[in-house]
Amino acid sequence: MTTLAAPMRRPVAYTGVWSWITTVDHKRIGILYGASALFFLLVGGIEALLIRTQLAVPGNTLVSSDTYSQLFTMHGTTMIFLFVMPLSAAFFNFMVPLMIGARDVAFPRLNALSYWVFLFGGLFMNSSFFMGGAPDAGWFGYANLTSNQFSPGARIDFWVLGLQVLGLSSLMAALNFIVTILNLRAPGMSMMRMPLFVWMTLITSFLLVFALPVLTVGLTLLLFDRFFGTHFYIPAGGGDPLLWQHLFWIFGHPEVYILILPAMGMVSEVLPTFSRKPLFGYPFVVYSGILIAFLGFGVWAHHMFAVGMGPVADAVFATTTMLIAVPTGVKIFNWIGTMWGGALDFKSPLCFAVGFIGMFIIGGISGVMHASVPLDLQQTDTYFVVAHLHYVLFGGAVFGLFAGIYYWFPKITGRMLNDAWGKVHFWIMFVGANLAFFPMHLLGLDGMPRRIYSYDPSMGWNLWNLVSTVGAFTIALSVLIFVINAITALRRGARAPNDPWDAQTLEWSISSPPPVYNFATIPVVHSRRPFWDEKYPDAAHGKAAHAEPEHHGAIHMPNPSYFPIVIALGILVAVSGLMIHPAVSILGAIIMLIGVYGWSFEPAA
Amino acid sequence: MTVHRQRLLWALAPVSMFLLALALAGCAPTPQTTLLPKSDYAARIQGLFELILVIAAIVFVVVEGFLIYTAIRFRKRKGQDLPAQSHGSQKLEIAWTFAPVVVLAIITVPTISTIFATQQPAPADALEVKVMAHQWWWEFSYPSLGIVTGNEMHIPVGKTTSLVMKSNDVIHSFWVPQLAGKRDVFPNRETRITFIPDEPGTYLGQCAEFCGLSHANMRFRVVVHTPEDFQAWVKAQKTPSIAPTTELAKKGQQLFFATPPGCTACHTIDGTQAKGLVGPNLTRIGARGTTAAGTLENTPDNMARWLTDPEAVKPGSKMPNLHLSESDISALVAFLESMK
Ligand code: HEM
Ligand SMILES: [Cu+2]
Repeated sequence: MTTLAAPMRRPVAYTGVWSWITTVDHKRIGILYGASALFFLLVGGIEALLIRTQLAVPGNTLVSSDTYSQLFTMHGTTMIFLFVMPLSAAFFNFMVPLMIGARDVAFPRLNALSYWVFLFGGLFMNSSFFMGGAPDAGWFGYANLTSNQFSPGARIDFWVLGLQVLGLSSLMAALNFIVTILNLRAPGMSMMRMPLFVWMTLITSFLLVFALPVLTVGLTLLLFDRFFGTHFYIPAGGGDPLLWQHLFWIFGHPEVYILILPAMGMVSEVLPTFSRKPLFGYPFVVYSGILIAFLGFGVWAHHMFAVGMGPVADAVFATTTMLIAVPTGVKIFNWIGTMWGGALDFKSPLCFAVGFIGMFIIGGISGVMHASVPLDLQQTDTYFVVAHLHYVLFGGAVFGLFAGIYYWFPKITGRMLNDAWGKVHFWIMFVGANLAFFPMHLLGLDGMPRRIYSYDPSMGWNLWNLVSTVGAFTIALSVLIFVINAITALRRGARAPNDPWDAQTLEWSISSPPPVYNFATIPVVHSRRPFWDEKYPDAAHGKAAHAEPEHHGAIHMPNPSYFPIVIALGILVAVSGLMIHPAVSILGAIIMLIGVYGWSFEPAA
Repeated sequence: MTVHRQRLLWALAPVSMFLLALALAGCAPTPQTTLLPKSDYAARIQGLFELILVIAAIVFVVVEGFLIYTAIRFRKRKGQDLPAQSHGSQKLEIAWTFAPVVVLAIITVPTISTIFATQQPAPADALEVKVMAHQWWWEFSYPSLGIVTGNEMHIPVGKTTSLVMKSNDVIHSFWVPQLAGKRDVFPNRETRITFIPDEPGTYLGQCAEFCGLSHANMRFRVVVHTPEDFQAWVKAQKTPSIAPTTELAKKGQQLFFATPPGCTACHTIDGTQAKGLVGPNLTRIGARGTTAAGTLENTPDNMARWLTDPEAVKPGSKMPNLHLSESDISALVAFLESMK
């Protein structure tokens, strides 16, 4: 019993490394998610710079074809699964409980578990670089190139297993946020009073819950093909590589909304605050988000027009794809409507939010262009599509995320970022992004396919490739400025007041950074702008938050726990075992069981 | 107001034309461009593209203009009061839901008609070419003519060409932008493209689906001939001359059929005992414009480069390095180049 009793002793530290490892506080987990995501941004960014340097001039030999394939595969996989998704998760974690007036998420230990599983999954996948090479079949890893015959070795195994682990993490996080948002809202915060960012978190979480299992199925079939000799995707054995494309994109299309909706939510918080107005057309922005999520499941085959599905299927998917542009347009107009008639205070967050709208419009327009099947048959798999997806993912998601970072940095860290440097960051990044990505449209129209490691000088692609590379380094410079700004702010930035932006939602009513328990008394909500109405009772027709605070006894916070990281470690070991030896998997399963056992018998508070 | 509007419309055509011009010019000729169609199929796409590009330019200018105007017009002024707290407007919401619906309908209708127009089954008198994609080269065969060739497809102008495509290994995608939109090529199903080329010339193509190490080197050419030239090409192809005249070329011929090096294990030359099926058919290779899947001009130097180390030209190449001596290589090159 003594052997079990030792690990069963509860962790008590509230400072130091140990306290971070055992934390179940949603704010600390949010910071861990954010720091890890920014680390992976640097990894994915270096990969991007290598790609762009290789393509700067024709016939370059900086990297080999083999290295190049690893670079673009890991760049895409990293940016999507290890940067944008976890950075969104960082904000879900830190902000959602604060915005709905809760003391934590519904399942704090599950929250810690999702983080550790994500981190181990990301490190696991990247460790492949040091073990004979990273995955190299593209971020959507089309079968049957991923079969043992055409991709021998462990590279694709790392990709399949890594994505499975990351999917598990996202699924746990999504369920946690759904329950949190549905159950832990402060009294009076009805669904239609929730801040937009909370709405987008909820919608994104539902998308994850419905889309991820499809990817899991697709990956499991691939895993069986690779490890156990089945033939799901192998034509010689009667399988069909096209099955993978359908499964991947049924997940993959909702996934692009999983990437953009959180950023849209952030922009929908920043715009009202810096316009000093409510969000224009709140219900329309909410419903268009829901509609986008539904329609997002009916357009996957627009990634597959070149497959030759026949004119009827092509026409149907072209039409559904056109339809999805309608709610997207509605959102854009409502954002501009929010700014219209406002008193726009161009601090860094607003710069990024407006930049987001400007860039996203371009990505939306090119999206509609290749929704037109005949056009797509020229554009798909060329740099035109690379331009589109970067306008929506970089111009869209990344600008939106930076709007969120500049907006909430004071709340999270208790320090102010330098606003002037924030604007320098914005303008350099804005110029860099357009230099890097706009010429890609032209390269695509000039016939440059994507995923080529080299091109001939006679193709006429030299100029725009060079311009694009210059743009990429310009972006890198802007990120460097941000990193320096952030480090300086953390070291000796001005102390952040509770409410530096004169904002509207609950998170600004408490100290920066917030206390462990968030709210001393749980607020009572009477409107969509609870904190604003408290500050400006006239404008709110006399309705204010905190009018009748509920009485609470002593505040109980969940205790730290070792077990999430133990279980995550068990999962990592079990998965690695698939590539090493079954005994290792069994060991991993044992570690996992010990974690589950400890977790189950650990007192909840 | 109306004058204003007319001016605006006039201003937009240039925006889209400017984009087109940028893409077209880019300071140098772009031989693989999507914007200079040379077939009925490519021309239909181009027509639709121009329509959609103008609409896109209009939407771009209107929406970005609205955004920029709003951002500048409503900047905070010193000592400004709290702005009016408007929460929305039903009328506006309806308006800006329907505006995109109308614009998208204008795009969708011609899109659907073009989809159907470009995916018609081929007429019975079409010239059928079977396309077989390999990692990383293309094989073209003409069942009605009994011809097989590699990396260079020859077709007559003004007549429907019907491609029936399959892959030998992984998924590839067949793409000659000036002649047709791309179509993926699968190991387990046939896909098709039909088009009528409308101008003689040489058009560049390239595999467009990532297919492994030498995806970037999986290029090819389509030569569109006048009907007479096409007949001449067919005739020459069917009566290949394998009569090397120089001593060097004769030595090369002997080497080609000897083991080692064993070229015939993988390559075919029509009318000889070389019947290998692993690599491209080499009949009349001397007459081809390029070698190594359209990546190198077909010159003796380049051919020698290829034979010296295929992997150095095309990473991952399935042709092994045969470790030939320099003199053997020059003999083989002379032989290959003599087959016109
Ligand atoms: C108006 C809205 C949009 C429309 C109509 C649209 C349409 C399309 C279409 C038709 C494709 C397929 C292109 C091809 O592969 O040939 C595509 C690709 C893509 N889209 Fe969008 N899109 C829109 C918004 C977005 C958003 C919001 C995101 C993500 C934030 C996004 C991310 C992507 C990505 C990542 C790809 C490429 C995937 C790949 O091939 O690697 N799109 N889009
Ligand atoms: Cu290919």
